[in-house]
Amino acid sequence: MTTVGPDAAEGRDVTSAAVGVRSSRTAMTVGAVGIIWKREMLRWWRDKPRIIGSTGFPLIFLLVFGSGLSGAMGSLIGDGAQAVNFEQFIFPGIIAMSVFFAALFNAVSLVYDREFGILKEVLVAPVSRAAVAFGKTLGGATVATLQGTVVFVFAPLVGIRLSPLLVLQLWPIMFLGAFALSSMGVAMAARMRSIESFQMINQFVMFPLIFLSGIFFPLQGLPPWMGVLVRVNPVSYAVDPLRRLILEAQGLPDEVLGRLSESGLALSLGGQQVGVAADIAIVAGFGIAMNVLAMWLISIRD
Amino acid sequence: MAHAQDPAILTENLTRRFGDLVAVDHMDLSVGHGQVFGFLGPNGAGKTTAIAMLTTLLRPTEGRALVAGHDVERDAAGVRRAIGIVFQEPSLDERLTARENLEFHAVLYGMPRAERPQRIGEALRLVDLDDRADHIVEKFSGGMRRRLEIARGLLHVPAVLFLDEPTLGLDPQSRRSVWQHIRTLRETTGVTVFMTTHYMEEAEFCDRIAIIDHGRIVALDTPEGLKNLVGGDVVVLTTPDAQAMVDYLGTQSLDATMRDSEVRVEVDDGARFIPRVVRGFPGEIDGASLRRPTLDDVFLKLTGRTIRESELNAGDVSRSRMRRSMGSRGRR
Ligand SMILES: Nc1ncnc2c1ncn2[C@@H]1O[C@H](COP(=O)(O)OP(=O)(O)OP(=O)(O)O)[C@@H](O)[C@H]1O
Ligand SMILES: [Mg+2]
Repeated sequence: MTTVGPDAAEGRDVTSAAVGVRSSRTAMTVGAVGIIWKREMLRWWRDKPRIIGSTGFPLIFLLVFGSGLSGAMGSLIGDGAQAVNFEQFIFPGIIAMSVFFAALFNAVSLVYDREFGILKEVLVAPVSRAAVAFGKTLGGATVATLQGTVVFVFAPLVGIRLSPLLVLQLWPIMFLGAFALSSMGVAMAARMRSIESFQMINQFVMFPLIFLSGIFFPLQGLPPWMGVLVRVNPVSYAVDPLRRLILEAQGLPDEVLGRLSESGLALSLGGQQVGVAADIAIVAGFGIAMNVLAMWLISIRD
Repeated sequence: MAHAQDPAILTENLTRRFGDLVAVDHMDLSVGHGQVFGFLGPNGAGKTTAIAMLTTLLRPTEGRALVAGHDVERDAAGVRRAIGIVFQEPSLDERLTARENLEFHAVLYGMPRAERPQRIGEALRLVDLDDRADHIVEKFSGGMRRRLEIARGLLHVPAVLFLDEPTLGLDPQSRRSVWQHIRTLRETTGVTVFMTTHYMEEAEFCDRIAIIDHGRIVALDTPEGLKNLVGGDVVVLTTPDAQAMVDYLGTQSLDATMRDSEVRVEVDDGARFIPRVVRGFPGEIDGASLRRPTLDDVFLKLTGRTIRESELNAGDVSRSRMRRSMGSRGRR
């Protein structure tokens, strides 16, 4: 509260900055979110080993799972030139995995900030703590989206064509998934005091979410309990639209595409294919809930 | 609404517990606008904890505090808009450059874009880091990092500035230029400064000083007033048998302390005392010195340690607890 008005004349205004004009409250919040985002980006860009490592990681998965298993699995739907083989099936999943790993992993920066004292500097600033959580999440989501984009260069290796239009469709969906998982990561990191314990909990949460999301296997013929888990897992709904958009853009005949869910390549609920719009709504809902949770947890004072 | 007639900082019964430990114990303080207020106390006295509560980083367990007229509990946002702080612990992003660290701060504090380059440039020049502005902080020495943190703390000019051991680890020249700047700042902007320090000459610079021990204020006065607590002169005698000397002075109801072969005693009239004691111990006194009391003497008298000692032996809490239970010191 700045002292402006009739009272201000009585005493010296001691609340506002003695020097300099400050920006408005809204401008300050936007500025704060922006600079927190920018800092995440700078830190990521300067950490070259991390970028190299997280680019090599999906390549290994693609080679091992894709090439290694595609012989054993054969084509999943269609035949001949119009078949979808296992490598192609898994490719959108690898993009998703890169995005989600990066999104969850990036939240460690909040624990790092606490451990190295930077968080104190941010928490005494005249910025709402919700803005702090939001800036962190946006930063993590952007880093994760870029990290997923790197996987695009491997598309020719598995015979997937990515048109510029398709890329423009994929980005917002990747970003939304990244935002949801990044929010979850920030929520987990908000009260965590050591980097080691965060890594531990993170892995504990991350592996079931990733492995039970249909990234690595078709959803057809799963044991019933696993089918339920996959459908309860919000990450599945972030993977599904990526896979659907990518496979649909590969020029397969309509009748083959119609069999996507029967063959377990697309998510279905109660026998009905979940549409891209429904996927997006579910992921957005989860993301917003996690972000609100993160904002709340970060606002708790010791 | 906050006005000059309210104190800049006001605390009532301010208390913080960590489990059984009472880090800050029912502290009452009032700091006027434009004052430089100092906290002097041994390691673990609760200085940083008190500052953490005043800057809204920690919640008080009991009592309340107003900073620039805003309640730290109910109006934390108001407090944050009015303060600046240099933390005791490092708080820079080591992966950013010096300039980027300052930019980060400037934006968080809502400094208009047009002002930023100039203000950041000035701040970097003040601490003599302008030639390193675009270097990554990871490569900075400890003193350079500290200077950068101070530049950051002074970048926006708040109503109340908290400095927790600001110049620890700085060379004398940097310390002088930092203090010169704070003085100028205070004259031109009327900023209130709340600081902790282990350097005597910085403590002398305070308008008022609170000596705190075990979370309590044991004395609060101007530097001069505190020195009067010791009263008279401080005499230091060098003698091979220091214990015998202390015992003897005890019988004269004088309060003496010893370290190695030195005995330190407070007397009313040092000039008369020295010849007397030399006559009483012929040939056993190798040296005698006489001086006016310093804040260090006051600190020793009130806490049982010299500032240097408390700085060197971090965590000598058990020793001071023992002294306290022996009831050797009066409390306010
Ligand atoms: N987060 C915490 N949890 C538990 N105990 C704490 C915590 N922070 C401080 N303490 C304890 O509170 C007491 C006061 O600590 P504080 O850091 O305020 O001392 P200080 O006066 O700043 O000391 P120094 O001169 O060493 O900086 C100490 O005994 C310390 O161990
Ligand atoms: Mg301290």
